[in-house]
Amino acid sequence: MSQYAYYPGCSITVNNRAYDTSTRAVCQSLGIDLVELKDWNCCGATAYMAVRELAAFVLSARNLALTEQQGQQEMLTVCNACYMNLNKTNRYMAEEPKLREQIGAALAAGGASYSGSVKVRHLLDVLVNEVGCEAIQARATRKLEGLKVACYYGCQLSRPYPTFDDAEQPSTMDRLLEAVGATAVPYPMKAKCCGGMVMSTSEEVALKLVKGLLQCALDSGADIIATACPLCQVNLEGYQGRVSARFGSKLNIPVVYFTQLVGLALGLTRQQVDLGRELVSADRALAAYV
Amino acid sequence: MAEPGNNGKLAPAGARIGVYVCHCGTNISQTVDVAAVAAFAASQPGVVIAREYKYMCSDPGQELIKNDVAEFELNRVVVASCSPLMHEPTFRRACAEAGLNPFLFQMANIREHCSWVHTDKTAATQKAMRLVEAAIRRVVENEPLESRQVPVTAAALVVGGGIAGIEAALEMADAGKKVYLVEKEPSIGGHMAQFDKTFPTLDCAACILTPKMVAVGQHPNIELMTYSQVEAVSGYVGNFKVLVRQRARSVNSELCNGCGLCQEKCPSRVPSEFEAGLGVRKAIYTPFPQAVPRTPVIDRDNCRYFLTGKCQVCKKLCPREAVDFEQQDQLREIEVGAIVVATGYQVFDASRTKQYGYGELDNVLSSLEFERLCHAGGPTGGEILLKNGQKPESVAILHCIGSRDSNYNQHCSRVCCMYSLKFAHLVREKTGARVYELYIDMRAFGKGYEEFYQRLLHEDVIFIRGKAAEVSNVAETEAERGKLIVKCEDTLLGVVRRLPVDMVILSVGLEPQSDAREVARIFSIGCNSAGFFTEKHPKLAPVSTPTDGIFIAGACQGPKDIPDSVAQGGAAAAQALSLIDRGQVVLEPNVSVIDEERCAGCKICISLCPYQAISFDEARRVSRVEEALCKGCGTCAAACPSGAAKQRGFDDRQIMAEIEGALAEVVALT
Amino acid sequence: MAKALTQTELSQVFLDRIYGLPEGEKVKLCLQCGTCSGSCPTSAYMDYTPREIIASLRAGMLDRVLKSNTMWMCTSCYSCTVRCPAGIRFTDVMYELKRLAIAYHLHSRFARAPALSRAFMSVVGRYGRSAEAELMVRLNLATNPLELLRLAPMGVKLLARGRMPILPERIEGRESLRRMLAWVEANDDAHAAQEVV
Repeated sequence: MSQYAYYPGCSITVNNRAYDTSTRAVCQSLGIDLVELKDWNCCGATAYMAVRELAAFVLSARNLALTEQQGQQEMLTVCNACYMNLNKTNRYMAEEPKLREQIGAALAAGGASYSGSVKVRHLLDVLVNEVGCEAIQARATRKLEGLKVACYYGCQLSRPYPTFDDAEQPSTMDRLLEAVGATAVPYPMKAKCCGGMVMSTSEEVALKLVKGLLQCALDSGADIIATACPLCQVNLEGYQGRVSARFGSKLNIPVVYFTQLVGLALGLTRQQVDLGRELVSADRALAAYV
Repeated sequence: MAEPGNNGKLAPAGARIGVYVCHCGTNISQTVDVAAVAAFAASQPGVVIAREYKYMCSDPGQELIKNDVAEFELNRVVVASCSPLMHEPTFRRACAEAGLNPFLFQMANIREHCSWVHTDKTAATQKAMRLVEAAIRRVVENEPLESRQVPVTAAALVVGGGIAGIEAALEMADAGKKVYLVEKEPSIGGHMAQFDKTFPTLDCAACILTPKMVAVGQHPNIELMTYSQVEAVSGYVGNFKVLVRQRARSVNSELCNGCGLCQEKCPSRVPSEFEAGLGVRKAIYTPFPQAVPRTPVIDRDNCRYFLTGKCQVCKKLCPREAVDFEQQDQLREIEVGAIVVATGYQVFDASRTKQYGYGELDNVLSSLEFERLCHAGGPTGGEILLKNGQKPESVAILHCIGSRDSNYNQHCSRVCCMYSLKFAHLVREKTGARVYELYIDMRAFGKGYEEFYQRLLHEDVIFIRGKAAEVSNVAETEAERGKLIVKCEDTLLGVVRRLPVDMVILSVGLEPQSDAREVARIFSIGCNSAGFFTEKHPKLAPVSTPTDGIFIAGACQGPKDIPDSVAQGGAAAAQALSLIDRGQVVLEPNVSVIDEERCAGCKICISLCPYQAISFDEARRVSRVEEALCKGCGTCAAACPSGAAKQRGFDDRQIMAEIEGALAEVVALT
Repeated sequence: MAKALTQTELSQVFLDRIYGLPEGEKVKLCLQCGTCSGSCPTSAYMDYTPREIIASLRAGMLDRVLKSNTMWMCTSCYSCTVRCPAGIRFTDVMYELKRLAIAYHLHSRFARAPALSRAFMSVVGRYGRSAEAELMVRLNLATNPLELLRLAPMGVKLLARGRMPILPERIEGRESLRRMLAWVEANDDAHAAQEVV
């Protein structure tokens, strides 16, 4: 059984519990042992780096230090931004001696240290490359036949570090969902930006981006959008009313986490994958699979 | 018998040394007290005469040496002047003319190594004295050596039958030399044969190329080996042995008359390499109608007969019974004196840069594909058409795809700006469509090129300065529906733009062939970091390589257009002809030699030799240096554990003498 | 202190800081091709495109850069970074410009993005984790209190679905984190010379 230090990230535990719940359920079903990182802190997201550089890295590095301290070699994240931040911290520490030194000193001031040994993995990477699509396909008792999914990756999953998927045309989620019987529709905007935190600061602009994403998903024939990032999920789901009002078009489509779909395919119940909390209900789209 | 010298050192028996210290105008004398150095030299044991002179390399300077050799019966000469790279050959020649073996001469560099790098006159003069004493002690240990001369085989090999190779072959063949032209494709012609029109004259490529191809095919001095590749090269300048694999065409060239009947009924359909994948060919095929030679080949990987044992239609149809399924590859060894490598380029694969939709979206074409679209012999008969068969109303041409990009190829591919302009012209002429040309810089460097750019400005092409960021099919407005949207920043305006077009042409860059490093290894030439073959000197020797007798020409040396490829082909031919006409090659004698008595057969030298000049004699279990290949780098001599490998002229004895001379007086420099 | 330097001098300060970032020297290789602007999802809404920012800094026209909304529109999507032919890590450059603008107080008082970042820093520094509710309250109180009313319906919906905890989560290692961040404030020469935010 492979074991990972599980880093949920602030967005999961705060207002996107469904991702956390479904992740844990899916991992348990597939024999992936998640040990939640004790006392993890915020990774810094995109907002912290905008004010402080070194402090942002230190914030992120504390989690890496904790992972090492708690005897784990690999950290598993589910949020794109967390994944990118932790990876960036790891890389920059390895590449920049001065930064490494400073972060080390800052951690030491708080009684921690980090030697650079932790690997940061995204859940999608682990599912597709460690467990494997064939293995998951074999365990899928309730195939999602006929479900047309637009797989939405967002930005920071494969940019700027296309470690397990392509920076322009990622495909791991498509492969995973196809393996469990769904149809991953060709979705040209799959890796285009949802606006991220700009939704809170310049809503007009972010709404335009979201509109494009929703329109494209509908035009591609999708019944539902699957995401891998809580901020993307909120942006795509939570503002559909506003988008429709602002741009005069009816753009409604449920947005769920890919783990919820995989969970259903693995035979988990609606409750186990925490369906029902969506602002745009997925009940109709997923009726045949719950 | 030794005689005590002035300073108590032993005079070397029989040594009669002449020392000449040069002023080099004021280059040396400004910093070094030349008179003092000459006086010092005179005081050294074995020195019979020591002079100073303003310009030793001049005629009178050389006369000094020659006269002194005769008058004083000198048997060793030292000149303290500039770098040996400058004038060692000059002084060696002077010695030889005076009847003294040129290797009994030693040079002390008191210019580049002394006067040019120091300002303290006292210290510089003392250093010059150290250098001169080192040279004096060393020259005593020098031994007479003889340069060898080897004859040059009066034949040449040209590898690659593109325009550069064709030019080189024709020049050498016209000069009366036997030329082997080896080409890996079934026909010569290279990429130029695929082009429609060429910039800036808009000459039809086939019209200017095919006469040359025919001339090659018919030339009595050219032996054309197509569908062939060089497998190995051994030997040395003037005496290369080349192993060529002539792949089985499965068609007997003696019998075939090129009628083409065999190709008509072949049931296989294979994407045509010549059509850049836009059209198909058969399994038995000639790549294009004007192929030279006209003999078709069978692509055994796609032939029904070779795959399943059935069919044989071509064989049944052939009126001359020329189809021969049993034909085997032939290995031929040829002997040549000079080799010209002209293996050309490949284009950047645009599917690597995913943001332009190449391979995903319809009507996104690479430049080579578009070239075929324009070509009268191409898949659309020369009509510029979209996938749906209609003419485009708007076309965007995107520069710098895969070039000037640290993510792919750092270099600029030189020809893309010009061929992009050419495309713009052809689109305007053939379809009247709106043309956007998205560029970063407009590189119109050649003769008539800037004028060609102006012509395009006249033709109402819309030039936008900004590299295209991406091509998408996601429409934001009704007007964009069904179109390809090119997103870019119009940097001259500072505005981000979305251009809805029907067709996108990607001006892909030029890269070395995918097997360039392998080819370089076979010919013992180098590649730069991009993979282009390394020339001897980027400015002064663009077609020769550090490997004597091997020349390079055309795009394999770096991206270039047709005029430059032709020029290089001719230049390489001239150098090869010069080598062949000289008839002899002089080999430097400073080669390594292995004492067979001492050699333990450990083979360390063989693995270390950068020029693969050492071979192992299995019978005698010793290593042997091939003198003609040896460049005298000294690696084997340094590495040999038993001291069996020695380098002529760089013996331990000689080197130690030089060191002792340099350190004879250790002077404190303040 | 910022007022003591001329615009040109301050532009050079900003450029030098950018050159000091990891691989920041690559900014010198910018050919002004515009790939960054063409790739950016929000460039059409920026006062000056990403490419123009570099051109402005090189020209000593810092004013343009700072008065613009450009940095604040950056979503950190990294499209520019991934495609730049010169290999410039442009997103990092954007971050540095954000930090410098905040440090030098060179932006509108009501600009939302700086306020969000400051609020974020404050919340995370105290709790160790983000607290959505408090974040939104702080952000909007600082910039536009009426916005809170507008956001209220969505807040209620989230609350109803158990997606909006009112109370913030706190980590146990708050003291240790505080010491780490304090070390940075005391020793980070990047911000030594500027006023604390």
